[in-house]
Amino acid sequence: MPAKKTAKKADIKDLVIRVCVGTGGLAAGSQEVMDEFGSQLKSHGIKAEIVKKCVNKTGCRGFCAKDVLADVILNDKSETYQLLTPEMVSRIVEEHIVNGSPVKEWLVGPEYHAFHDKQTKILLKQCGHIDPEDIDAYIKIGGYEGARKIFSLEPSEVIEEIRASGLRGRGGAGFLTGLKWELCSKAEGSPKYIICNADEGDPGAFMDRSVIEGNPHSVIEGMVIGGYAIGANYGYVYIRAEYPLAIQRLKIAISDARKKGFLGENIFKTKFDFDIKIKEGAGAFICGEETALIASIEGKRGMPRAKPPFPAHKGLWGKPTVINNVETLSTLPTIITQGAKWFSSIGTEKSKGTKVFAITGKIKNTGLIEVPMGMSLREIVYDIGGGCEKNCALKAVQTGGPSGGCIPASHIDMPVDYESLMAIGSMMGSGGMVVMDDTTCMVDMAKFFLSFTQNESCGKCTPCRIGTKRMLEILTRITNGKGREGDIELLLELGNSIKLTSLCGLGMSAPNPVLSTIRFFRDEYEAHIRDGICPAAVCKALRIYTVSVELCKMCGKCFKACPSAAIAWEKKQPAKIDKGKCIKCGACYEACPFNAIL
Amino acid sequence: MKHARLMQYCSEYWEEALSENKIKITINGIETLCDRDDTILKVAKKIGVKIPHLCNDKRLEPYGGCRLCIVEVKGVPRPLPACTTPATENMEIITDNDSIRKLRANLIELLLSNHPNDCMRCERTGDCKLQNLSYEYGVDGSRFEGEKWDLPIREDNPFISYEPNKCILCGRCTRICNEVVMAGTIELTGRGFNSMPDTAFKKPRTLENCEFCGQCVSTCPTGALTDRKGRGKGRSYDLKKIKTTCSYCGTGCNFYLNVRDGKVVKVTSDTDAPVNQGNLCIKGRYGYDFIHSEDRIKTPLIKIGDKFVEAAWDEALDLIAEKFSSLMKKHGNESVGAFSSSRCTNEENFLLSKFVRTVFRSNNVDNCARV
Amino acid sequence: MPQPVLKGESMTDKRCEEVLEKHQKEKGNIISLLQNIQEVFGYIPEDTVFWFSRELNIPASSFYGVATFYAQFYLKPRGKNIITACCGTACHVKGSGPIINKIREELKLPEGETTSKDGKFTVESVACVGACSIAPVFIGNKKVFGKMTIEKASEMLKGIDKGKGA
Ligand SMILES: Cc1cc2nc3c(=O)[nH]c(=O)nc-3n(C[C@H](O)[C@H](O)[C@H](O)COP(=O)(O)O)c2cc1C
Ligand code: SF4
Ligand code: SF4
Ligand code: FES
Repeated sequence: MPAKKTAKKADIKDLVIRVCVGTGGLAAGSQEVMDEFGSQLKSHGIKAEIVKKCVNKTGCRGFCAKDVLADVILNDKSETYQLLTPEMVSRIVEEHIVNGSPVKEWLVGPEYHAFHDKQTKILLKQCGHIDPEDIDAYIKIGGYEGARKIFSLEPSEVIEEIRASGLRGRGGAGFLTGLKWELCSKAEGSPKYIICNADEGDPGAFMDRSVIEGNPHSVIEGMVIGGYAIGANYGYVYIRAEYPLAIQRLKIAISDARKKGFLGENIFKTKFDFDIKIKEGAGAFICGEETALIASIEGKRGMPRAKPPFPAHKGLWGKPTVINNVETLSTLPTIITQGAKWFSSIGTEKSKGTKVFAITGKIKNTGLIEVPMGMSLREIVYDIGGGCEKNCALKAVQTGGPSGGCIPASHIDMPVDYESLMAIGSMMGSGGMVVMDDTTCMVDMAKFFLSFTQNESCGKCTPCRIGTKRMLEILTRITNGKGREGDIELLLELGNSIKLTSLCGLGMSAPNPVLSTIRFFRDEYEAHIRDGICPAAVCKALRIYTVSVELCKMCGKCFKACPSAAIAWEKKQPAKIDKGKCIKCGACYEACPFNAIL
Repeated sequence: MKHARLMQYCSEYWEEALSENKIKITINGIETLCDRDDTILKVAKKIGVKIPHLCNDKRLEPYGGCRLCIVEVKGVPRPLPACTTPATENMEIITDNDSIRKLRANLIELLLSNHPNDCMRCERTGDCKLQNLSYEYGVDGSRFEGEKWDLPIREDNPFISYEPNKCILCGRCTRICNEVVMAGTIELTGRGFNSMPDTAFKKPRTLENCEFCGQCVSTCPTGALTDRKGRGKGRSYDLKKIKTTCSYCGTGCNFYLNVRDGKVVKVTSDTDAPVNQGNLCIKGRYGYDFIHSEDRIKTPLIKIGDKFVEAAWDEALDLIAEKFSSLMKKHGNESVGAFSSSRCTNEENFLLSKFVRTVFRSNNVDNCARV
Repeated sequence: MPQPVLKGESMTDKRCEEVLEKHQKEKGNIISLLQNIQEVFGYIPEDTVFWFSRELNIPASSFYGVATFYAQFYLKPRGKNIITACCGTACHVKGSGPIINKIREELKLPEGETTSKDGKFTVESVACVGACSIAPVFIGNKKVFGKMTIEKASEMLKGIDKGKGA
């Protein structure tokens, strides 16, 4: 405990501390850091209510690798600390806040700025700045202005504005939002519904979670706008039960919005009623598909059904329904306030605005980024992402998660938009982006994604239920060194036929990771099958462990580590591995301190 | 011949269309008219174009699960399922070409890759949609080895045998149970490769949870669900099918008695039956044992003293006539009447009523079916 | 024979009625009802499904179909403590099998069951956890136990029981 000094009230008049408390931040201990800031400030004699005002929580700012992140803004000068722990707080309070000199060695480095500078933040702009549990904070920065504005317009004018903006759905398929709304608004039947799809299930994608955790009111405002435009008085948010923090923040936000008269009857003092209900998912990826999602809200098994009829005509309870993604909805308020023209000036001719991506894999700066559509993959990977980890060579980037495909390094200069991705056999998907370097085995990667979709297949249609299973079995046999001549052709034939005959988007896109890796990395498949080699040395079954006599220091560690007594070793003798007994577990490889096991 | 018939059909249709608001579509080059919401499959069937299908049953809502019914539609980049896709104005459809056949063959291969393929001893051989398709497309499942279901046969009740290994998950049984019978006995359970139709908690079927109407058996396209009582008593092609009307109640359901060597061995649905479209209840489908019962009375019996004694028809009818006549003579016509059974046909009931009114000259005639 | 009524002690189980009341107030559906049941009981007891099926006149198979579709629902009680055995090649070769048997024996798990009768333990297995050098590997409540032996397994069980059992 530092000696108690009394900071003058004047010193802290302009102090704001913002601690990132997204799921990533919380896991890294941001709540403790925040509490520590509070108690440290109090121990410096600052009144509790002032402390409460100046220590704020914010949503995720995207750079989760460096959590806990916190801004200390003193007299309008902002400094950002990274990798904070509660122990570090007292020194920051002491030196920075009380004495005015920031703790230099704990501040974020140039990569933090590089990460942020190239981004164009529309959606994520407020996420790292405002307290997601404070509706007034949202209102202060212009929140709910969009919702207020639309009531001076006719619903058809609102739809026209969204159409003019060129906004396309961010949930995967990229359908024009304005067009979808128009279909629904013209459909006969009442009541109508608007559903926010927050069932984000792609492994590695967490943009929807971040938006709801960081700025839940923008989603609510988006739903109000959509509801008014299509004439729906009811909205549902279908959200994964695995996102407890997002659910909690959304609940708070909905109840605050009701208190302000932004939800409920006669919202914004107009004649329009609109309210939102939260429906929690029960653990099925397929419920992200719109017709399965509707079945799930109705309490049934989440199995997709044939379209047409489209939900815009026959959706929830057979009534006209619009389903939009979280990102799509939370972009709406800005489009309304800033205008369609402004929005459509960002991005490319057919893909407007910005898109949020979650970049992970073998890349230096992992996290959540927002860039204008059409930015080149190179800029994303190298300028924002900082290039590959350990400066390995980039091999490919997988976009669109398990529904997408890979883009080889040779296409790194391609623009990232709906059409270009489609053309190369991948897709935008929800925005997952996995960077792979030469230590990644493409066959193994394809297997990983396919095993996810196979496991999540609902089982309704033949190609997806049995076809993905058979493809996975073939891939497994290839990675186990039991691949056969003709397996690649079989995979291609099966993959194409699954794509063409499946009922829903899951089956239609499940073969993509396999087909695109065969397209660009066929030699890797062939190496597995013909030569029994995994070029990236990932597939364990294909490895042949040997001891390098030059490197072996005869310590015997591998001998002790081997679980199947396949290693012969005596003191002062290099170890030897018996191929027959080796079970290829890699224990010796891990155990050797001298990298002598090859 | 067939074509000429089709042309005639089409021209009739054209005329009909001029008065109503029909839409025009083309299937395999044949122009036809249909209602706006008709599915492609329905229209194709009407004009005699065959499209293979497994999960479709006209008694049920379209499902779109098996994908066998895919067809090409001009201007659409991917094949569409005929069973769920509604016809739209000027749609041009091709139901059969090399690429479609190849895709269908793949689907059949996949189904067979998780199938026991023991047609030799299967109850449904010769009457199995899957087997027929395998024959027609010349494929088996051998290109895809891998996990296969290996589940025991379930014979936990007297009427319905269930061999899950033969199930192709078309969902027809569960849908008929819920959509038509509304019994909710079975439902799809599990997910993905491991989903299968079953009862709650895989409990045996009993009278508490099952109607034993056998509707699920009637719709199953494979040997997964079969009538247990008929098992081993003859394949479909061994059995003579005699169409008849059910004698249990007055509804008038039709079905086929399946007869071998003069014995009824099972009852199968007649899906074209006007009254019941193939739907039946437990009595109609499984209550046929009485036909060959030892206890069945086949001649009239006359009570002499305490005992019933077999008699000839003439003898019995003479006795009845004599007794009725003497009763009427003694107590008047109003003293007699007749009561007929709703298990009789309409014609028989009409006859009886006529008989009572003209011969007895009485209005005392009634029927048990006055619910 | 299925038991469509709540039997024995649970007949008097007020919890079901409370769940029912909540369900009717919220105008819920099968999924939300199952979620509520699981919240109260920790899993979906068979009896409760038949009970609700009767009360609400919804076929039990509809509940079962939904409960087996979604990954969130458990049809068997899971133990307070979860023991996960690694079934990778290395662990298998190093003798995880006999250890699993020993653990199952100590917990008196009959064939095909994964959770002990007193509900304290659930024993599950996973594919290789990637810690082959310390095989056989067991995970007890997320803590990794390496180089497991039959003796250490008993200790682990006891330790976990003491730590969390109360
Ligand atoms: C298998 C599958 C999973 C999906 N998962 C999601 C999801 O998690 N979130 C989402 O917003 N859309 C998901 N979608 C897309 C939705 O079906 C739908 O297109 C989208 O919610 C529409 O919203 P948008 O127009 O705003 O993009 C999924 C689609 C499929 C086929
Ligand atoms: S494609 Fe897969 S997930 Fe979609 S309906 Fe078919 S089986 Fe279900
Ligand atoms: S049992 Fe028969 S009807 Fe039922 S899903 Fe299986 S194949 Fe279809
Ligand atoms: S009959 Fe059309 S998909 Fe099965």
